[in-house]
Amino acid sequence: MGTIKDKVAIIGMGCTKFGERWDSGPEDLIIEAAYEAFEDAGIAPDDIEAAWVGTLRSGEAGAIVADALKIKNIPITRVENWCATGHEALRNAVFGVASGMYDIAMAIGYEKLKDTGFGGLGVGRGSNPVLQARATAPSYFSFIANRYFHTYGIDDDEGKELLARIAVKNHHNGTMSPKAHFQKEITVEQVLKAPIIAWPLGLFDCCPTTDGAAAAIICRADLAKNFRADPVYIKGIGFSVDSMLPMTRPGFDYLGFEANREAARQAYEQAGIRDPRKELDLAVVHDCFTITELVIYEDLGFTERGHAPEEIRAGTFTLEGELPVNTDGGLKSFGHPVGASGLRTTYEIYHQLQGRAGPRQVKDAKLGLCHTLGGPPQVACVTVLGTDPPR
Amino acid sequence: MAGISSVGAYIPMYRLPRTAFSEAWGSGGGPGERSVASHDEDTMTMAVNAAVDVLKAHGRDGIDGLFFASTTATYREKLSATLIAAAADLDPNIRTADFAGSLRAGTSALLAALDAVNAGSAKNVLVVASDDRQGYPRSDFESIFGDGAAAVVVSRTNVAAEITQRVSIANEIADVWRRDSDRFVRSWEDRFIITHGYDGTTRQAVQELLAGAKLTPADITRAVLYGPETRSHTALVRGLGFDPKTQVQDPLFTTVGNTGAAHAMIMLVAALEQAKAGDRLLLASYGDGADAMLLEVKKRAKKGRAVSGHVASRRVLPSYERFVAYRGVVETNPEPPLRVEAWSGSSIAWRDRAQTIRLHGSKCNRCGTVTHPIQRICYQCRAKDDFTEIRLYDKPGAIYAFTRDNLAGGLETPVINCVVESQEGQCRIFSILTDADPAQVEVGTPVEFTFRKMHEGADQHNYYWKVRPATDGR
Repeated sequence: MGTIKDKVAIIGMGCTKFGERWDSGPEDLIIEAAYEAFEDAGIAPDDIEAAWVGTLRSGEAGAIVADALKIKNIPITRVENWCATGHEALRNAVFGVASGMYDIAMAIGYEKLKDTGFGGLGVGRGSNPVLQARATAPSYFSFIANRYFHTYGIDDDEGKELLARIAVKNHHNGTMSPKAHFQKEITVEQVLKAPIIAWPLGLFDCCPTTDGAAAAIICRADLAKNFRADPVYIKGIGFSVDSMLPMTRPGFDYLGFEANREAARQAYEQAGIRDPRKELDLAVVHDCFTITELVIYEDLGFTERGHAPEEIRAGTFTLEGELPVNTDGGLKSFGHPVGASGLRTTYEIYHQLQGRAGPRQVKDAKLGLCHTLGGPPQVACVTVLGTDPPR
Repeated sequence: MAGISSVGAYIPMYRLPRTAFSEAWGSGGGPGERSVASHDEDTMTMAVNAAVDVLKAHGRDGIDGLFFASTTATYREKLSATLIAAAADLDPNIRTADFAGSLRAGTSALLAALDAVNAGSAKNVLVVASDDRQGYPRSDFESIFGDGAAAVVVSRTNVAAEITQRVSIANEIADVWRRDSDRFVRSWEDRFIITHGYDGTTRQAVQELLAGAKLTPADITRAVLYGPETRSHTALVRGLGFDPKTQVQDPLFTTVGNTGAAHAMIMLVAALEQAKAGDRLLLASYGDGADAMLLEVKKRAKKGRAVSGHVASRRVLPSYERFVAYRGVVETNPEPPLRVEAWSGSSIAWRDRAQTIRLHGSKCNRCGTVTHPIQRICYQCRAKDDFTEIRLYDKPGAIYAFTRDNLAGGLETPVINCVVESQEGQCRIFSILTDADPAQVEVGTPVEFTFRKMHEGADQHNYYWKVRPATDGR
């Protein structure tokens, strides 16, 4: 396998206010994110030579972007890969530019989740009428918590409190993110007392159902400085798809996700990262549920397997910690409009690496990681972004 | 001569104490408790579980017919016996038929099976009877009725109880009925319907049977007499001259209730569980006439958990409100539509029938890996289309991972979504734990499979297997 390192740069990004956008439709969200990105890159809509759009189920075909932005006669491709959909749009745009076919491309992701009439992503998976009729995302991830606690001998109270600390951290970071769905501090006690969604996961262990969009303008690395002094370079992209039905795969241990580990391995190899914990300045990862963030620490090599609990207690991943994780509040506080999330995580790393992250700025951030995980697990993307110019 | 070789049954786990009715309405009720099909059970699920119960004892070899009897089949147009045959994992090359419309349907099916086997057109016919009739709220029926199913195999060989004599009488009378538009059972004034219906007709059939066999009531080891309720049953026993203390099969009114078309069959199964070689049983059922027959017991019948096992495992239903909600009498807060309802239906259900209705998994012929759903390419060794289908619901399993999901909807919340590790090759099966106290589940809880109703997507009844906490074998 080759490497994508230093072939492509991000020269502009946009992100809508995330939240319950009752007054905005999909087109409004697309316009809001795209125009911020155009302005940030200093380009006009007609400078885009190709686009990739990611949405799980808020629209079909590339035409939704053409219609919203009145961009005509360029290739626009809709992509979908569960919760990694936004990253998939970015990845395709990056490879489109890296191929030499296009100088400038756009990746945009969005989701309009608040038009369904119910919370969450709905009940049931797959096309068979009965096999997974009442499966939900919280159910799948609660299995991970159930097995993690069971395997490592963590009792329910202790486990719930560990997870609560992740929620409290991400909510705290979210208070410094003006575009986040929530800007509200919460306490461990609040998390523990919240209603159970899918035991052991309570309300504050679950990310909200959110509307939003985010966009990136991609260009050839050698052209990036023509647009801005501080472009952010793609250092590596790893993507791994494992079974859609890990629960039926013989021997699956429910303690983490092979797709995460493989996507990270690919990205680290391309970026030349040997010790992610030491070399990365920050990471924005897929905390759809608090337990997901816990196993991601281990899957992405931020700590050894089975050691996440002690790192959580030590504050390793807080804003002031050794490796800040989810500096913008993560899915937990920023929200999770599925198709947008891979680009929202990128938006945070991009701004952190440019020193534009305001009160949550990580000092001297030069190398950052963002990650999404689609599920029922296992579709994972890990990208590494950096400020070091190509050599 | 043809007879019954194996017996099985299914009684739902839930029991409602009859005090619940007097508490709800200020009167009525009666002694004991009744069985209640849970929110995910109906006539068909009970029928399948009864069929599986008897097949665990009998095996599937040589079963070449399945007759089903009920007054509450869940489809007006669509055969029930085919669903039961498929879920029971029988060969499709069998004869199937439904018997309906009468409380006597259970024995009608039994007699038809006997005819087929005696005539030589079938070797072993599985007869299943199941009912979950509904009485009007605040009616006596509401409290008297129970839900349940029985299953017997009628065979030519290895017969445990030969049926040697029989009498059938037809009686056109509107004593209890439901029109095609009725949900609840209606009835005429009870003095009339007992005199000219149940008591008169059943008495006539039994007396003709005894006379034809040149027997007296004292020659009967056990009288298995259907009854609508305790009082009429007791009166018939006395009127026929049976000793209520020694000769009469327990009509199960205080433990199960009147299970309609299944009732005589459930009582017969319970009687055969106890019967020994040399016993002579008299079975009589009533409904628009009467069937009476004599059974000569040759040996103990092979049995599944049968009636005794199911009566022994019970959970108390906590309230009258749950009873009326489970039976669909009151409409509860609608849930968001299930996503599968939007795009799923007949063709997918048909295509996937082996792994759903039959709960087959695939066992790799090369490396032995067992998976569910069926995988054409082995997860472990990538062998392509080189597997054997195996039935997974016979083997117990244990909870590998679980949750109590309050988002998953349904009438009972939380839904205990779980991953079961089967004793069949450690196969992982995504399932739902039912009939369980959500607080009592843990990793490692032993479970058994049970056939249940999932939802009404595509305007159909969608059935599948769930798990429940393992009950003690037999």
